[in-house]
Amino acid sequence: MTVPVLSAQNIGKSYGSGSNRFDALKGVSLDIHAGESIAIVGKSGSGKSTLMHLLALLDNPDSGALLVEGTDARKLKGKEVNRLRNQDFGFVFQQFFLTANATVLENVVLPLKIAGVSPRERKARGMAALEQLELADKAKNKAMNLSGGQKQRAVIARALVNNPKVIFADEPTGNLDTATGAVVEDILFSLNQDKGITLVIVTHDIELAARCDRRIFIRDGLEDTAARPTGRRSAGAHA
Amino acid sequence: MKFIDIVKTAIANSFRSKLRTGLTVIAIFIGAFTLTITSGIGTGVTSYINTQVSSIGAADVLTVSKTNDAAASGTGPAPYDPEKATTVSLGNGSRPGSTIQALTTKDLEAIKDTKGILGVDPSVQVTPDYIQHDGGGKFELTVNPTATLTTADLAAGAQLDNDSSTDQILVPTTYLDTLDFSSAKAAIGQTVTIGIRDFAGTVQEVPATVVGVQNETLLGAGAGLNQPLTDRLHDIEVDGAPEASSQSYATATARFDPKASEAKITAIKADLADQGYASQTVADQIGSFETVINVIIGVLNAFAVIALIAAGFGIINTLLMSVQERTREIGLMKAMGMNGGRVYTLFSTEAVFIGFLGSALGALVAVGVGSLVSNILADTVFSNLPGLQVVQFAPSSIAIIIGVVMLIAFLAGTLPARAAARQNPIDALRYE
Repeated sequence: MTVPVLSAQNIGKSYGSGSNRFDALKGVSLDIHAGESIAIVGKSGSGKSTLMHLLALLDNPDSGALLVEGTDARKLKGKEVNRLRNQDFGFVFQQFFLTANATVLENVVLPLKIAGVSPRERKARGMAALEQLELADKAKNKAMNLSGGQKQRAVIARALVNNPKVIFADEPTGNLDTATGAVVEDILFSLNQDKGITLVIVTHDIELAARCDRRIFIRDGLEDTAARPTGRRSAGAHA
Repeated sequence: MKFIDIVKTAIANSFRSKLRTGLTVIAIFIGAFTLTITSGIGTGVTSYINTQVSSIGAADVLTVSKTNDAAASGTGPAPYDPEKATTVSLGNGSRPGSTIQALTTKDLEAIKDTKGILGVDPSVQVTPDYIQHDGGGKFELTVNPTATLTTADLAAGAQLDNDSSTDQILVPTTYLDTLDFSSAKAAIGQTVTIGIRDFAGTVQEVPATVVGVQNETLLGAGAGLNQPLTDRLHDIEVDGAPEASSQSYATATARFDPKASEAKITAIKADLADQGYASQTVADQIGSFETVINVIIGVLNAFAVIALIAAGFGIINTLLMSVQERTREIGLMKAMGMNGGRVYTLFSTEAVFIGFLGSALGALVAVGVGSLVSNILADTVFSNLPGLQVVQFAPSSIAIIIGVVMLIAFLAGTLPARAAARQNPIDALRYE
């Protein structure tokens, strides 16, 4: 059995303290294997985004353990965590988080800039990523002048530019109309199938979730096993 | 992130909100401008004084006078002491009407016996009646009493030689036209006639050779006479006078070992002070003059620094707003693996850059305006002080000013930069 890329073991997270304490996540276990696509489904406030943040090492769990390729995340040094975030993970956000008055290319190559890649290579790899998403002609446009679908494609190009192992997508189609959303979905799943990039999608859209290999339903900070229908493939398919 | 990318990004970021950056830059500009101007005035005035008294001729000389013990206020006049010499009026350059106790021969002996003093000469001050050249008109002659002690700022010719056997005179540039010399060079080597009255009131004439022409100075205007000429004139002045009246002097010059250390000179001065004599080296006399100028410049600098501190708060404000505005961006960069240290560097670099922009512009404009004003002043208000450029700029002091402003900017930037570096990526991304 291969070691899961990410393995959550009964992880919990709470915010605030005393009477204001709010348990966002009360103990969820989950293994994510290389190459699979997994949907984390739940209503807003269910804790699904918190779970993704913990999986992406953007936040630290208060209880339980998170293993990254078998290593406890708590034992990783800050430098190693930054390397993982920079090189192994790609992020796609509902709100895009593009720098409005920078060009599309500048936005896309931000992870490479952080990694310290030379300007020439940055440009080459950034343009390659943009071409892949058919945005090459918009490279010099300001990010704020793009349409919603173009923005999300630029964000995917940014997530892709460092050839990540895992892409985390938080409501990737939440801000898009149905047709554009479908295009973005197709792009994400083709990356999963053609390049073997592991896909972790947080969504409340049941249709989008249905396209994933596996679904985790979160309700009130816990996994809702009752809501879990049988997936197209079983969880152990890659094991 | 590579350092060069951090610098580029920081510069790009500071231009993102041009109005805000611009206003902060103006605040720093004012501070840097003031600081550059005041330091320029300091440099200009100091360098002028230094040329005036350049390479202080007699570093091994103390000017000694009697401490005015009657000056103790509130106690009334001191009891009469027939042993004490009468007071003498000080020559030109002193407070009008001010007098000091005269030094007697006994005093000179006491000074000479002081440990560390190699010799003592009474300072004689002569008051010639007129100066005449080549049978031309007779003109009043003012004698600069410090001429034998200092090195003059020469327009032509040579310094006075006190060991020479010839009678030498150094005339100011302003005397040239009056004495009918075509140029400073033409005056060198010419003979002028000095008229002086003896004790009986008879005018006697003494010829003197012009060895040099000096620029008008701040410290005592007038012609300089070398020691032999001064002695000769003094002899005429006291010719026929009763013995006692020629025996009191306002001041005396005491020589000490030229290699004496600062501490040793201080000891000699303390020793003299104990005996009731006030003494000053030439450096002391100039030093007190420079101290006044330094105090004025210091006060002006203090105002400039206050302006800069205010500008520092401007930087803090600008950057805090920047951090607030860019919270998401910081969160995104951290989510993409940028560490806190780099985020800190990014924002501090932005602060330093704003500081650099303000100070470089301020210094540049100050140099331009200062040079212009200085040139205009030199031709108008200060036209009778040749060689005075009120504002002068030393590259090193400008570099220091820019450096200090950048340091202040960096310190001001630390607070916002820390706030940025501490952002949790998730909180930052959630921030609406």
